[in-house]
Amino acid sequence: MINWVSDLLFWLFFGAILYSLRHQRIFWTVGALGLLMLFNQFFTPGFFHVQLLDGHFYGSRIDVLNQGAKVMLLSLGMVLVIATGGVDLSVGAVMAISAAVSSRLLVTEHQPAGIAIAAALLISVVAGAWNGLLVAGFGIQPIIATLVLMVAGRGVAQLVTEGQIINFLDPTMVYLGNGHLFALPFTVTLVLVMLILTLFLVRRTALGLFIESVGDNYEASRYSGINAMQVKFLVYTFSGFCAGLAGLVACSNIKSADANNIGLYLELDAILAVVVGGTSLVGGRFYLVGAVVGALFIQALTTTLYARNVSSDVSPVPKALVIIAVCLFESDVFRARMAPLFRPLGRIFKPLGSRLPRKLVTALRHDSPEP
Amino acid sequence: MATPLLEVKALSKGFPGVKALDAVDLTVQAGEIHALMGENGAGKSTFIKVLTGVFPRDAGETRLEGKMIAPKAPREAEMLGMSTVYQEVNLIPHLSVAENICLGRQPTWFGAIRWAAITRRARAALARLDLSLDLKRQLSSYSIAIQQMVAIARALDISAKLLILDEPTSSLDKLEVEELFKKLRKLREGGLGIIFITHFLDQVYEISDLITVLRNGHRVGCYATKDLPRIKLVSHMIGKDVQEVEALGQKRASTATIRSNRPMLEAKGLGRKGFIQPLDLEIRPGEVLGLAGLLGSGRTETARLLFGVDRPDQGTILIDGRAVKFNSPRAAIRCRIALTPEDRKVAGIIPNLTVRENIILALQASRGTWRRLSVPEQEKLADRFIRSLDIKTPSREQLLRNLSGGNQQKALLARWLATEPKLFILDEPTRGIDVGAKAEIEKLIQSLRQEGLAVLFISSELEEIVRQSQRVVILRDRRKVGELAEAEISAEAIMQSIATADTERTVA
Repeated sequence: MINWVSDLLFWLFFGAILYSLRHQRIFWTVGALGLLMLFNQFFTPGFFHVQLLDGHFYGSRIDVLNQGAKVMLLSLGMVLVIATGGVDLSVGAVMAISAAVSSRLLVTEHQPAGIAIAAALLISVVAGAWNGLLVAGFGIQPIIATLVLMVAGRGVAQLVTEGQIINFLDPTMVYLGNGHLFALPFTVTLVLVMLILTLFLVRRTALGLFIESVGDNYEASRYSGINAMQVKFLVYTFSGFCAGLAGLVACSNIKSADANNIGLYLELDAILAVVVGGTSLVGGRFYLVGAVVGALFIQALTTTLYARNVSSDVSPVPKALVIIAVCLFESDVFRARMAPLFRPLGRIFKPLGSRLPRKLVTALRHDSPEP
Repeated sequence: MATPLLEVKALSKGFPGVKALDAVDLTVQAGEIHALMGENGAGKSTFIKVLTGVFPRDAGETRLEGKMIAPKAPREAEMLGMSTVYQEVNLIPHLSVAENICLGRQPTWFGAIRWAAITRRARAALARLDLSLDLKRQLSSYSIAIQQMVAIARALDISAKLLILDEPTSSLDKLEVEELFKKLRKLREGGLGIIFITHFLDQVYEISDLITVLRNGHRVGCYATKDLPRIKLVSHMIGKDVQEVEALGQKRASTATIRSNRPMLEAKGLGRKGFIQPLDLEIRPGEVLGLAGLLGSGRTETARLLFGVDRPDQGTILIDGRAVKFNSPRAAIRCRIALTPEDRKVAGIIPNLTVRENIILALQASRGTWRRLSVPEQEKLADRFIRSLDIKTPSREQLLRNLSGGNQQKALLARWLATEPKLFILDEPTRGIDVGAKAEIEKLIQSLRQEGLAVLFISSELEEIVRQSQRVVILRDRRKVGELAEAEISAEAIMQSIATADTERTVA
């Protein structure tokens, strides 16, 4: 009974948000997530089941938030890099470096968690700045410049851990990826705080405009007096920071630093999240909230397949199919043909959308300035 | 009368919200050069695109040599004998000349490319234009003018009956245009029909036999070039009376407003090796300094040095008497210098940002990242300039790429006016924009001058320079060859200066 009510509330809230975003670019990303959830509501038993244990919520939806945190963090940095017309392939390797540095300091060097975390983040920022230097300073193609660190980074991480898998039990480090805050996993708060900080950084200052301008036309931005080189340097550095944070979460999740496997292929998930979130790989306009929702979508898909006992060997196939479908729906050409199918839904959610708090709606809209 | 080569009847095309072409007729005879004239947005390009099958047509019929045709793609139109050469050279810069000519229809033998045949065909195609080029050389190593010729050769290679040239001369200098026209006349004698689109009135009168004028998607009429006075043509194009048009062009700038003799900007021996030889310049507040010269004479290079895009390796720049060094445009902007670049697409517009964002961009950049203009401030600023410069856009949130060339240029002017510059460098501000917008921009320059701005005005059109400037500096072969002031300024005097230099060169 409780579940039935909470599900209904969930859907009303979700539908209302969706309706309020109907003219926004991120509508399609949020909509895709909604469709996937709707599928689970009816066809995946137990997916919507939420349980309160020791004052913490547990359930598949909570898992999605928790497990998706890494890619959501990565996508925050990645979306800005992609907006400048670049790409950062090194984030997975930087995650490994960050994990290696923090656990080595914690375990081998017996340093307090605070220092380990700070050092790991600092190293990640340096790694990002290195990418920035190669791309902005020396004008190397982003794909090549970041490939250097993608390949070499894991080697660096191996050097740091001396080829060992380092296990740790430090409560602060373990809390990062396993702790709870406000009855939800701590990672939810972490992602939310990072999202708000990033939104502030790019939309409340002129940085977002500069990034979009540089990504759309580098030369013209330079002529307009934008320090285009600095903008590029900055986004790679920021992406390094986000990767460092994601690396800490990743090693905390498994309470150990495995230089070979932490963050493996996650750069691809992050790029995918950005694309699903509506940002073009060509650069220019970017959608920060879109990228995070995109990451959430990818994780929801993974969790769905897992919950439906699809073996992990074959799960990339349905995953790929669904992602193709999403990308199709985000294409204006494809949508124009499909438009008539969606009109009835508007009638249901229109009254709800107009009742949402104005602040929330404008905050979401603010991220996607295009009408 | 013989069957016309091309006969278009009541061609119509609508885009959402606009009727781009409304029942347009056009007849072209073999061996005729037919100019298609009209302001930006009159429908010239749409007409060509519908004719050659880039866009599907809504209504109308086309006959080529009496046979009904309806190409669905440009390739099909080419096969039928209608080839188009576009404004921007649509070739592949890294391939060789021969490859470019035959690309997409390479002679093959069981799938393998027959290089000998390619060379033969390319040579034949170039011979038709009296060109002999190194067929193996990379296309990009040739000048834009030659690349344009190669594009024409490519178009002719497909046994074309009708050649469509969309603004072929906009990036050519005077001599190159002459050369092109010589070739076109020869092709005309060979019985080719040519549709010629341009903004340059001089060229239309020099080369065309007939003129069809379009305005707002309608055909205004078709006239024999020799019977149509220039002023009439302009009045047909912009839809105003002859008297009004005459009033637009006649005003000659006066010097009354030069406020002081102290230059706002002074360049002494400013130069850069292999770029521009050292030159002296002075620009005073309330003055328009014209920079004249052929394409490639160093005009843009000078502007780039003054704006910090490239660094000079000798000489100094003085702003209000103080020596300054510009390492980037940012440094120049800090000294209140503004520049609209020659190539709007490459260095000017941010196509996928809105008109509002494009207008506030330079101001925001000079304020820095942290002092962001609030949205209401941005909107106020954008609205002000959209109104005062009469930028035609459905809203300030329209993407800039959706505006016509003239309005994009106005938005760029707005971007810089928002920074309240003291020196405005305008590099070819009227290139590729229509007569109406051109007159407005010229008017704007004069009003800026009256407000006490210093303006450096670069243009290929001598008449424009003569109308606008109080002083003119003439460049040739990347060095300053003369300076004219006031009463000395005339198109003839500038030509003289450039031409003298040219004869010197031939002697040397």
